Parts: sequence; structure tokens; C-alpha cells
Amino acid sequence: MEEHVLVIFPHPDDEAFGVAGTILSHTQAGTPVTYACLTLGEMGRNMGRPLIANRETLPEIRKNELNEACRLLGIEDLRRFGMRDKTVEFADEDALQSRIFDMIEEVNPSLIITFYPGYAVHPDHDATGAAVIQAVRRLPEGERPTVHALAFSEGCEQVLGEPDIVYDVSEYSDQKMKVIEAHKSQTAGVIETMKKRFLEEDETMKERMSTERFWTYPI
Amino acid sequence: MKPIDRQFVQENLTELAGESLYIHLETTNGAYASHKDQSFFSAGTFIRNVQLTFLHGKITGKGPYRMGLETEQGWLYAEGLTDWEKDEEDRLLFAGHDAEGKLAIALELSKKPFPK
Ligand SMILES: [Zn+2]
Repeated sequence: MEEHVLVIFPHPDDEAFGVAGTILSHTQAGTPVTYACLTLGEMGRNMGRPLIANRETLPEIRKNELNEACRLLGIEDLRRFGMRDKTVEFADEDALQSRIFDMIEEVNPSLIITFYPGYAVHPDHDATGAAVIQAVRRLPEGERPTVHALAFSEGCEQVLGEPDIVYDVSEYSDQKMKVIEAHKSQTAGVIETMKKRFLEEDETMKERMSTERFWTYPI
Repeated sequence: MKPIDRQFVQENLTELAGESLYIHLETTNGAYASHKDQSFFSAGTFIRNVQLTFLHGKITGKGPYRMGLETEQGWLYAEGLTDWEKDEEDRLLFAGHDAEGKLAIALELSKKPFPK
């Protein structure tokens, strides 16, 4: 059992798709989870179906969705970094690493979950993962938390090999679906199809909802 | 937002001619476009809080609409606009949404800076 888990992602909803079951397994076991979310996904293309948001109202809407997702996940410590969506890779790297480093020192997690830099598709994902790795490396060897990284770029398994951490989170599938649904502005267009496919025991959807996979990052 | 009413938009636009404005202009096809379809060439841009004063502005087309703002030194051009609103802060917000309701372009004009 972990002592404290620190989850670091750039966008509200990053914690929903590939990680929600794992987070739930920790919070339900009584392990505190801190979630650092770097942006509010201000530049998202999805504006709800029917349209409920515009470019200027989206941040507040997504902030509320993020709060609700955290409530459903049992996350009591949410830290918003206040960066802007799409700009993480252009931010002052040293300043971002220091901010993450300070948080790691304060939270003192036994496990960090983030994106695998270079294999996480969205430039914000890669930049977040890279900043986390550099921050962890500032700690003396032997005092560094384990890092479980999420990769999903095309062909990533050919380079990284099979993920070494594979969790069966099927007991949390229903709750995970609710977390995805909580990000209404982003998922309203797909949630009904997802639920239907899940109920019909569609193999891909069942796999997506019940298995979560990570690579232990070679720190 | 609501579908663009060209005449009504034109009236609101004309009112802003000569004013010092902050602009948010953006096009996007989404960060996952090339991930989902490797042959897709992804391009996009955004610029936020650039200041501009236009001499005259016009909205044209039958929908989706085009907009051109002529300034002393140049132009601002946008196409693919479908929806708009004047929000409670009196900002003119325009957007173009595709068939799935996803934002493809945004053009916003405000007398005060937008939050960073
Ligand atoms: Zn993301």
C-alpha cells in the first residue's frame, strides 16, 4: 500500500480516462491522493453538446467539472497551477520544475503518476511528464518516489516494451464512468456511446474501463 | 452562443470601429488530429490580448461567415464563423463550430484585456 500518491497532469479529464480506477483504488484504501492539475483546459475544442461554453466561459466550467471529478475520486487535495492549456511546453522549464519539486518535497509521495515524456501525444502531456521527471531527479538517489508513467502514442510499446504495471480496476468501472461523465463539457458527445458499448460488453470499451497500464519510469 | 445574425452582428461591429480593442484570435484542429489520422496535417494558432483598432469591419457570406477588419497598417481576417454572443462584459465573441459542435475558430473583441 502506498503512503501518499501524487498525480500530476496538465488537463482536467487527464485523470479520468487512463487513471481514475487506479486513483479510486488508492483513495478507497485510505491512501491520500494529491492531484496537481496544471491548466484548466482553457483551449479545449469541445464546448459541450448542446453548446454550453464559449472560449471565455470554458475555464470556469471546467474548473467546476474538475472539482466534481475530484469529489467522485475521493481526492481532497487538488492543486491548480494556473497555467494555460497548450502553453506548458513553452513555460520557463526551470521555474516549472522548481514548483513541482517544492510540491514533491512538501507532499512527500511514495508514488507519482504522470505522463511518459515523449510518448503521451499532446505536447502539454509530454512537457508535464518531462518536468516531473527532472523535478524527481533533483532529489538525492534513494529518496526518490516511484514514478508510474502513462504512455499512449502510436507504437509506444515497440520502444518502451509492454507496460510493467497492469491494474485490474473492473470493480471501479462504474465510478470511473461517472468521473468521465463529470467532465460534461468534454465528454457529453461520447458518453452515451461509451456507456452503451460498455453495457454491451464491447471488448475494447470493457478493456478501457477495467484495465489501467503504466510504465515504471527509469529514474 | 447563438447562430450568427449577419445584420445584427454588422451593427455591433460597426459600433466598435475606431475603438482600441483587445483581440483573441485562434484556429485549431485539436491536439489529437494527427494522432487519430496520421495523414492529417495539423496546423493552428492563437494570439491573445493583441491590441488593435480597426477602421472598418465587415461580416460577409451566407454562413459560415467571414469577417475582415481593416486597420491603419493591415488586416485581420477570419473565416468559418457560425456562432456569436455579446457577453455580460460587452465583449463580442465569435466562434466557428464544425458539424460535431467542436470549435474550429474563435475571434473575440473586447475593450478590456482578456484574462491571461
Ligand atoms: Zn490532456
